[in-house]
Amino acid sequence: MKKTDLEKAAGNGLINRRHLLQLGLAGLGSGVASSVLAAENNLKIEIPGWSKQPGPGASAYGVRSGHTEFMQRSAGAPNPLYPGGGASRSPLQHLQGTITPNSLHFERHHAGIPDIDPAGHQLVINGLVKQPLVFSYEDLLKYPMVSRIYFLECSGNSRALLGPNPPDGTAQSIHGLVSCAEWTGIPLSTLLEEAGVEDEARWLAAVGADAASMGRSIPLNKAHDDVLIALFQNGEPVRPEQGHPMRLFVPGWEGNVSVKWLTQLKLTREPVQFRDETSKYTDTLPDRSSEQFTFPMGCKSLITSPSGQMSLNRQGVYQINGMAWSGGGSISRVEVSADGGRSWADAAIESNQSEKALARFSIPWQWSGGDAILQSRATDSLGNVQPTREAILADRGRLSFYHNHCIQSWAVNGNGEVRNTYA
Amino acid sequence: MPKLVIIILILLSPLGFASLAQSQNVGLGTPISQAQLSDFDLIAGPDGEGFPEGSGTAFQGKEVYDQKCQACHGANGEGTTANTQLVGGDMQSIESPVRTVGSYWPHASTIFDFIRRAMPADSPKSLSNIEVYQVTAYVLYMNGIIDQNKILDRQSLIDIKMPNKDGFVDMSQQQ
Ligand code: HEC
Repeated sequence: MKKTDLEKAAGNGLINRRHLLQLGLAGLGSGVASSVLAAENNLKIEIPGWSKQPGPGASAYGVRSGHTEFMQRSAGAPNPLYPGGGASRSPLQHLQGTITPNSLHFERHHAGIPDIDPAGHQLVINGLVKQPLVFSYEDLLKYPMVSRIYFLECSGNSRALLGPNPPDGTAQSIHGLVSCAEWTGIPLSTLLEEAGVEDEARWLAAVGADAASMGRSIPLNKAHDDVLIALFQNGEPVRPEQGHPMRLFVPGWEGNVSVKWLTQLKLTREPVQFRDETSKYTDTLPDRSSEQFTFPMGCKSLITSPSGQMSLNRQGVYQINGMAWSGGGSISRVEVSADGGRSWADAAIESNQSEKALARFSIPWQWSGGDAILQSRATDSLGNVQPTREAILADRGRLSFYHNHCIQSWAVNGNGEVRNTYA
Repeated sequence: MPKLVIIILILLSPLGFASLAQSQNVGLGTPISQAQLSDFDLIAGPDGEGFPEGSGTAFQGKEVYDQKCQACHGANGEGTTANTQLVGGDMQSIESPVRTVGSYWPHASTIFDFIRRAMPADSPKSLSNIEVYQVTAYVLYMNGIIDQNKILDRQSLIDIKMPNKDGFVDMSQQQ
């Protein structure tokens, strides 16, 4: 198929997403490559060395290919003044599909990762309940469980974009505090029912067994809704850095409330006013009032390819690819622009499960060597539309930095270099 | 036959957590009393619930602070890294306000609750309850909120009006 046959969907080279399906990627890539006739190139396809000797046999525990080891979480240097504290970010630009491998799921710790022997771990439910209860890990394994695919995002994710100058970052360094997994566990409502919640209870305080005994208060209506006590992550026991042997999982809400190493649930009348719901995870508005308990994560999307610090090494057709998610529901639409938001085209959305999970989007784009600004804009099932950076700043002011879900702009220059920009 | 298939499909279909919970009565939790949790439950809230016996003053707390806190938080609470400043700031300042325990936190109970569970960061839960009262008083004193001889206990602590006590809006039911 020739370039000219590709139906334009929006300005600066965006091609109708239907061509993705019709052509397949090979067909699209051939827009340029096929102009070199096979007879004119020097390719000779040989049998490679690894096809000529047996490799190692089966193993007890698998490791990834050595050729993919460049895909790493980025963790900051340890700070002796903040033992075990800090975060690592998922390498979003290298990942595909909607599930984050457990070894690359982002982390945030307030006092490091405790080494918990499940046999010595306990989950206590107390406070405004008819009967305070304690559960062992063994006990909990006997309860019926459900599996759901959910994203998890730190509300501090993408805050770098609110600074005055665009950081020269990657999808990972700017947005890497989001991941997605299949979480398997016991509906919290099952255990609350067993303990018997008193009528006057309105909040649930969740506390972890880490050295910080990190705690958060959650309103009871959410606790009764879709919250899980997660024991498994993508089929294996929850990883230590994700809360082994169990974590609370609060779908769609800021990651910090999904308390890891969960050891206590206390029913209360009022929120406890933990440090991480007063000093942190709160946002000050221009009038100097501060919003507290701003739980749901906004409707958001991000182009992961091409993205910051990549380069396009040939002119031709590329598949713009990215991820979208919303704490409020499912992703119903993702639009992509190649001209900094002047014109938009609908991307194709692929997702395994709708609610509060990552979705993938893609759209073909013809790069002809000129400047471009690539953006994506998600809409969720509640009708929320992802805002621009200007709109967020106008709405929230400059003192607020949690819950930034603004549109990401990647600038492509004539050399094919891709850089973060504000547009 | 098709009828049976339909029934099985209904039984297998995800009907939501509520129906799942109803059908489950595993009941493996072991009953426990609040007294049995007295060393375990560290939650201390603004209503005074969960605060232990004991009291302390800032005058007494200075010694605890100098020995166990100032290496990370600075001699006068000025902080050593962005996250460790404990003193200063003004939410009504013309410039961007510095948000600290003194300027930002709405409840004094949070200081006690947090120090008891998480500080000192290199050895959490190593202070006695008395030391936590003392050093909480010292943090309040450094912020000019109480004087150095004020006796801080469960009641006097929750009675303290923090400068930014009216500064927060609870968004939990508005979204
Ligand atoms: C090893 C260094 C270290 C020591 C010692 C230490 N702290 Fe901290 N403290 C920190 C760090 C780091 C944080 C921020 C933690 C975070 O953000 O998760 C913090 C946070 C705090 C906060 C909350 C500040 C805010 O605005 O959110 C208080 C209050 C506090 N410390 C009090 C104390 C007291 C009292 C002591 C002594 C008993 C102490 N700390 C000893 C490192 C330390």
